[in-house]
Parts: sequence; C-alpha cells; structure tokens
Amino acid sequence: MYNSIYDVVTGPLAWFGWAVFILGSLYRMASLYSEAKKKDVSSLAYVKASYGFNSIMHWITPFATLGWKSNPAMTVATFAFHICLLAVPVFLGAHIDLWYQWFGVSWVALPDTVADTMTVLVILAAAFFAYRRIAVKEVAFLTTWKDWMTLIIAVAPFLTGFLAYHQILNYQFMIVLHVITGVAWLVFIPFGRLSHAILGWYSRVYIGSEFQGVRHCNDW
Amino acid sequence: MYNKIFDRKVDDIGLQTGIDRLTPEKIEKTVNEVFSGETGAKLKVYHDTCVRCGLCASACHYYVSHDNDPSYSPAGKVTQTISILLDKKGKVGPDFIYQCAQIAYTECNLCRRCVHYCPLGIDTGYMMSVVRRICHKLGVTPQYLQDTAHSHSATMNQMWVKDDEWTDSLLWQEEEARDEFPDMRIPLDKDGADVYYSVIGPEPKFRTHLIYQAGAILHEAGVNWTMPSMPGWDNSDMAMYSGDFEMMGRLKRIHFESAQKLHSKKIVMGECGHAFRSVYDQGNRWLGWKDYPVEVVHSIEFFAHLLKTGKIKMAEKFPGPVTIHDPCNVIRGRGLMNELRYVVSEICESYIEMQPNAEHNFCCAAGGGVINCGPPFKNVRMDGNRAKADQLRAAAEQGVKTVIAPCHNCHGGLEDIIEHYELGLDLKFLGDIIYANMVKTKAVEE
Ligand code: SF4
Ligand code: SF4
Ligand code: SF4
Repeated sequence: MYNSIYDVVTGPLAWFGWAVFILGSLYRMASLYSEAKKKDVSSLAYVKASYGFNSIMHWITPFATLGWKSNPAMTVATFAFHICLLAVPVFLGAHIDLWYQWFGVSWVALPDTVADTMTVLVILAAAFFAYRRIAVKEVAFLTTWKDWMTLIIAVAPFLTGFLAYHQILNYQFMIVLHVITGVAWLVFIPFGRLSHAILGWYSRVYIGSEFQGVRHCNDW
Repeated sequence: MYNKIFDRKVDDIGLQTGIDRLTPEKIEKTVNEVFSGETGAKLKVYHDTCVRCGLCASACHYYVSHDNDPSYSPAGKVTQTISILLDKKGKVGPDFIYQCAQIAYTECNLCRRCVHYCPLGIDTGYMMSVVRRICHKLGVTPQYLQDTAHSHSATMNQMWVKDDEWTDSLLWQEEEARDEFPDMRIPLDKDGADVYYSVIGPEPKFRTHLIYQAGAILHEAGVNWTMPSMPGWDNSDMAMYSGDFEMMGRLKRIHFESAQKLHSKKIVMGECGHAFRSVYDQGNRWLGWKDYPVEVVHSIEFFAHLLKTGKIKMAEKFPGPVTIHDPCNVIRGRGLMNELRYVVSEICESYIEMQPNAEHNFCCAAGGGVINCGPPFKNVRMDGNRAKADQLRAAAEQGVKTVIAPCHNCHGGLEDIIEHYELGLDLKFLGDIIYANMVKTKAVEE
C-alpha cells in the first residue's frame, strides 16, 4: 500500500508538478513579455541587459543596497532562506536518486548533516517571517491569507522533509506528505506571490535599466 | 488587526464634488478602461510579485514622519488603493475613490525613494500615478491641483498668465536689468540661438526676479540665447501629476515645437525638478519620443558648464557652510548629484552634507504635485515630513544657515517646513548666489 502510494506521488503526481511548473512559468513569462511589447513599449524601450545585470548583482549581494543595509535582520534571514531553499532540494542526497530517476542526470550531494542544518535554517527563517507578519506592524498591515498561504507552501516541504529524515511521527506518512508538499511548491511557483521567483527578474531588470539608463542613478 | 478604514479624510471641494457625481457603474467602467487600455504587464508584475515584506516602509518620509504608521508605507498605500481596485475589478463605491485620490495625490510625492528599498524593484510611484490617472478620468481631483491643470489647458501655462502679460514681464525685467547691465537684452524669438531658456509659470507670476537673474547670468556669460514670445515658454506640467496625460502631451509638444520653430540648439531649463521629469521622462514618452527631440539641459548642468569653462567667475564665494537639498527629480531622476556638488563647491565656501543624501535623499514632500494641492493639504506635508525637518535641524546644529535647493517645488516645500518647525534657515537657488556673487564685467561701475 505504502509503496504504491509512494510510486504514484513520485511518479505521475511529480510529473504533473513539473509540467505545471515548467509550462506555467513559461506561459506566464511569455504572456507578460508579449503584453509588455504591446502595452508597455515606452518602458520596454529602455531595457538594457548590462543595466539589468548590474542591478541583479547588487541585489543578490547581501548588504550591497540601501534596502538591505537598512534592514539587517531581514537581509540575513532572506539570504539564508533563499540560498538554502534552492540548494537543499537540488543537492540533497536522497533527491539525487530522484533526479536520476526523473531526468537521468546526477551530481554530487551535500553531506546529510549540512543539508539538515540548511533545512533547519529555512524553517527558522520562515519562523522569522511568520513572526514579522504578526508582530511587525508595517508587515502585519500588508498581510493577508495569500501571504500566509505563500509562506506555508514554501516551508512545508522542508518541515515535512525534516520530520521524515529524523523519523519523527510516522515516517511513511511524512515522506508521502513531503512529496505532495514538494509538488505543491512547484505548482504554485508560476502563480500568486511565489511568482516573484520567476517574475521578480523582470521588474529588477526593468527598474535597473530605468534608473541607470534614464535617470543616470543607481537603483540600489 | 489594523484598522484600514480611512480615518484621516481631508475635506477638499474638488474631491467632494468629484465623488458626488460618481455612480458605481461609472467607476467600474473607468477603472477597467484604464486597466485594459492603458496599463499592462508592468502593473501586473509589480502588483503580483510584491511579497508584502514591508522592507520599503522605512524608505518613505510619510511613514517615518508618522511614527512608523504602516498605512503610510509605500506597499501600505498600494494595498489601500490599487490592490483593491484590481482585486474588486473596479467594483467600489465613490467614498473609496475619495480615499484613493487623497492617498495618491497627497500622501505620495512619486519621489521613488522606495525603489531603493525594494528587492524586487517595484516602483510604488508608478502605481500611485496609475491611481491618479483613474481619479483624473473619474473627475476626482484636488481643487487647487485641478486649477493649475485647467490653466495649462486654457493658456498653455500653469498660472493663467496671458500672452501679453508674459512678454510684458520679460520686457519689464529687461528694463530693470538695464540699470545694472546697460546692454542687456532678453532676446525674444531669436532664430538659431544656442540656448532657448524656458521657465515655469510661477516665474513671471511671482518670482520675476529669477528671470532677471537668469538674464544677467546669460548676458554676463556671453551666451547666444533667446526666449519665446508665444506659448511654449512654460516647461512646467501639473497635468502630468493630476493624471491628465493628454494635456501633458500637448504641453510637452508645444514646448519642444516652440524651440524647434526657433531652430534653437538646446533648451536650458530654470531650476525646477518636476518640469525636468516631464520633459525627459514622462511627457516625451507619452508623445512616443524615446528621448527628447531638442536637447534639454537643467540649470545645474548649465551652471556647471559656465563655471567649468570660465564663462562665469565668482567674485567671492558665498560664506559657508551651506547644505544641499537634492531634488528627487533631478538627482534620483537624472543623476545630477555630482554636478550639483561641483557648482556648490565653486560658489560657496563650504558645504555640509545632510544624511541621507544624493540619490538616497528624502523628498521635500512638496513634489509630485502635492504642494499644488493647496492649503487644505498643507498639514499633510508638514506632518508628513518631520523626517526632512530632522535632517535640516541636524545640519543647522552643525552651523549651517543656508539651504541650497535647485528646484522650485522644493523651495516652496522647504520654506513651509523651515517655518513650521522653526528651523531658522535661509533658502537659496543656485542662481541667487551666482547672480549676487559673480564677477560682473558688463555691469555699470557702482
Ligand atoms: S519592499 Fe517591495 S516587495 Fe516588499 S512590500 Fe515593499 S513593494 Fe512589496
Ligand atoms: S512618497 Fe516617495 S517613498 Fe513614499 S511611497 Fe511615494 S514614491 Fe515611495
Ligand atoms: S519638489 Fe523637489 S524634492 Fe520634492 S519631488 Fe520635486 S524635485 Fe523632489
């Protein structure tokens, strides 16, 4: 029974997740780009790769921008969260097998203790974000159920993965839940707030070009 | 958890009569017309990707000045206005439109300081201008601001200056100046001049001495210059801020065309921030010009050029230390911070920087048309910019007596702040100091 459920979630369900993620992301990126070409010509005309690149490089460097400098705790949490959030799923030992199974590719794995620590960091950072949503008034003011949903979807695979790895609660149940939440994670990237993962580059490159090219001033 | 009901409504007859004429159907139709016809992927990306992290809050002087009240944070203003318009697809009532208008017209200066704080590069100023555009199309605009926009459409200038009053003001200033500079002229409609000098409507109306000063500087520097006798002379643009983009386009077209008809080599603008924004950033784009059809140079750059080439020399430097207010529209808007510091160091003994400064400077809270919303909203600017008062006070404590602000709006805004917070500082344009302290080889001996 467990085996067949496991096969379903890592098989057809996982493929469904990948399909929605890849096709959905492509669709959103392409449709917004073509809409911009039609309706935002007077903005798109100023976009230049080198400005976008400068802007991205500054903003992916901790404390390199006014925004990051002004919010040190958030900077540490945001970078820890995003780095671990991307590295763990890709380089976790147990996932390497799945990569091979799904895509026939393989690479070196992170040592399990490192991956475990990184998972804890994701969970701690998420707890910090949750704390801000409740206790920091400028964040609480903006927070709606959508933001909670986003946070829960983002952290759920890490929480379930952590519980499964440490065999807390029922392992088999956790692992299935882990895969399901992982699939949800993929499915939601193209939509809602999580779409900042794919669309944030657009706004970054555009505003970078706009500031550096038109306003002759940095956007950081 | 937090009360989102608007509890700081300011009475304005323009906004009130505007919403009195609205019906839910008209609102819905207009809102969706703007969303489907005018905005596109840019608004969608900004709106969808904002992760509601609140990092932008401390960027905004309104938020900082109101003891970190979240309803004044950039993203907070978005969630109280355009988010709801988008989510409800325009199905909102007239009172909500009043709230949108008050926030977008008077609680945001479109200064874009928040861009420096947002990891995703979201431009709240842009979203606030979309709200203004909607309010304009609904006829819900602050009365004073609308009056300037009406003046623009009736006279092509901001201050109801009639055509003969314009040339009269110029001739009057020429006559005055001749007591000091016997050969000085304000050359009208001269063909093929190197410099076409344009000003904002308030100069001939209230600040005519600025035209005198500019004329004196151009004359002393031996510049081949002209001013137009016909509409087009006013480079200002309150229509851009009221959301009347059609009018903004007409204004920029007549401004550029008037320089083109005179075959002027370039346009030099007086010390104004928003007019410059309208020329290089918004008006040109509305007309489909990627850049401007005639080169436009702001006074800061022009003065820097005159000083660098030795065309103007200072007889003495202004006693320091002074401090510099960086106007958003020419600094965060055009990167003229180094030129500005060069000019100040050439004409003043010393200067002390305010913190933060240059492209990170706090706005004066007058910009974005807020000061033009008039007396009903004066306290919005005063209470909303304690941050600037604190900056100025810190400079004053270091011995600064004079603030240099090369922007008309900033002057108005800072004047009010200095008075309201009893800071006892003096305000100057660059031109004030250059005119007063330059070597005047062409003037009569005293
Ligand atoms: S900083 Fe950017 S993403 Fe964060 S709340 Fe402000 S606008 Fe949204
Ligand atoms: S006033 Fe300036 S900092 Fe504040 S929201 Fe508007 S553009 Fe952003
Ligand atoms: S008035 Fe001056 S400081 Fe204020 S927005 Fe304009 S340029 Fe900026």
